[in-house]
Amino acid sequence: MTEPQLDTDVTIDSRGASCPGPLMDLIGKVKTLDPGAVVELQTSTRNSTTDVPEWLDEAGHELLEIEEHDDYWSIYLEVS
Amino acid sequence: MHRIAVVGGGTGGTVLANRLAKELRSEIDAGEVEVRLITDDPDHVYKPTFLYVPFGKKTVDDAKRPIADLLDRRVTLEIDEVAGVDTEAKKLQFADGSLLAYDQLVLATGATLEPEAVPGLAEGGHHFYGPDGAERLRDALAEFTEGHLVLSVVGVPHMCPAAPVEFVLMADAWLRERGLREDVELTYTYPINRAHGLESIADWATDLFEERDINLETFFNVESVDPDAELIETVEGRELDYDLLVAIPPHAGSDFVVDAGLGEDGWVDVDRNTLEATNAEDVYAIGDVADVPTSKAGSVAHYEAGVVADRIASRARGLPPTATFDGKTVCFLEAGMDEATFVEFSYGEEPYVREPSKPLHWAKLGYNESYWLTARGLL
Ligand SMILES: Cc1cc2nc3c(=O)[nH]c(=O)nc-3n(C[C@H](O)[C@H](O)[C@H](O)COP(=O)(O)OP(=O)(O)OC[C@H]3O[C@@H](n4cnc5c(N)ncnc54)[C@H](O)[C@@H]3O)c2cc1C
Repeated sequence: MTEPQLDTDVTIDSRGASCPGPLMDLIGKVKTLDPGAVVELQTSTRNSTTDVPEWLDEAGHELLEIEEHDDYWSIYLEVS
Repeated sequence: MHRIAVVGGGTGGTVLANRLAKELRSEIDAGEVEVRLITDDPDHVYKPTFLYVPFGKKTVDDAKRPIADLLDRRVTLEIDEVAGVDTEAKKLQFADGSLLAYDQLVLATGATLEPEAVPGLAEGGHHFYGPDGAERLRDALAEFTEGHLVLSVVGVPHMCPAAPVEFVLMADAWLRERGLREDVELTYTYPINRAHGLESIADWATDLFEERDINLETFFNVESVDPDAELIETVEGRELDYDLLVAIPPHAGSDFVVDAGLGEDGWVDVDRNTLEATNAEDVYAIGDVADVPTSKAGSVAHYEAGVVADRIASRARGLPPTATFDGKTVCFLEAGMDEATFVEFSYGEEPYVREPSKPLHWAKLGYNESYWLTARGLL
């Protein structure tokens, strides 16, 4: 497992949740955050690695990085 | 005396208590085991009935029966609201401060509706997820002859992931029957990039929506509703006008679950196979309040109840429990006013959606009638 490389303000652990759980967890949280906040979304659902960037694009937030771990992904983003 | 407490007299709690009463019949008769069901509503409510209320096909009274009539006489029934759980001391706490000790506890308190979590939604939106909402929507629909009807899935997860798709397909058929469809624009919205969480159901619904001229809006997360302007605003920065808004409101678990440290967001964290609480000993959760990766559906509550009844009965007899839940979920889906389909799946499986047919519609209505036997533990 690689260590997260970014300073995050919020970590959302959605590992174990099936689709669309992680994306919904993210949307719920992003609504409460200020612009500039950096979020790490942890997900074990492969679909999230496509669904989440698509939603970020739609909602105008910035995708920073997707990090692959042994059994989950960390998706980093910045709230605009 | 081995004390088994079940909290919640909905689908999960009722099926479970009746199964336990049957399974542990001789131990209960011998005074070695007690099965107690604590619920805050003297009526058992069968929520799937509410889908038919807006269309005048069922009434709210059809959804209710006294819980006392559905329970095996070996179950001790207590009508009271549980306000807290002390999982260390193994005690339930009631609003008046009184306590009840248990040896094994099952939480089956379901989900609650929280329309007020979205500004303007309670004032601007209708829903069919509870008795009052379903009746108000029936009255609004009866008067709705033209304009834009929007069905918006605001909260995910919500009870019965199929119901919003069913509602919009039924509304389409109902308006056609009444000769009003040409004057009504229909739109369905969903928070993620497709029409439903499960891909095969999303594909099926998308084709039907196209065929039936129902607009589909995806990545649509409602931020607020302006009831005066009849306008929905989304997190993604979009706006949508409506004349009649039917929304699936956000759902919440129970506050006492959070207070007891059983789950941060009100849903009980459980092992998805054993349904045992992650953060406490001898506590189980079934039905909508349990956080497992499948639908919040009555069929799930029913299958989970069977598994937990087996596990608890084994424990009460001093045997190791072996029954496990594999995520089995069964849903009938109405595809109009006289045809339906049916899906069945387990954890990690993608359901296969059959061609809708009249016999499946009658099977769904038949199941709704025979449900009362299911709750009693007879089916
Ligand atoms: C419109 C609609 C259509 C649906 N259609 C279908 C369908 O076709 N198929 C399907 O499988 N599912 C369907 N469902 C979902 C299904 O109704 C639920 O998943 C099911 O009722 C869950 O059962 P449960 O036992 O977890 O909770 P519930 O049946 O909601 O029961 C919870 C019980 O706990 C009690 N309670 C709550 N808090 C407390 C407390 N603190 N103390 C004491 N008692 C408490 C409540 O009064 C209630 O009796 C539908 C739901 C809706 C709203």
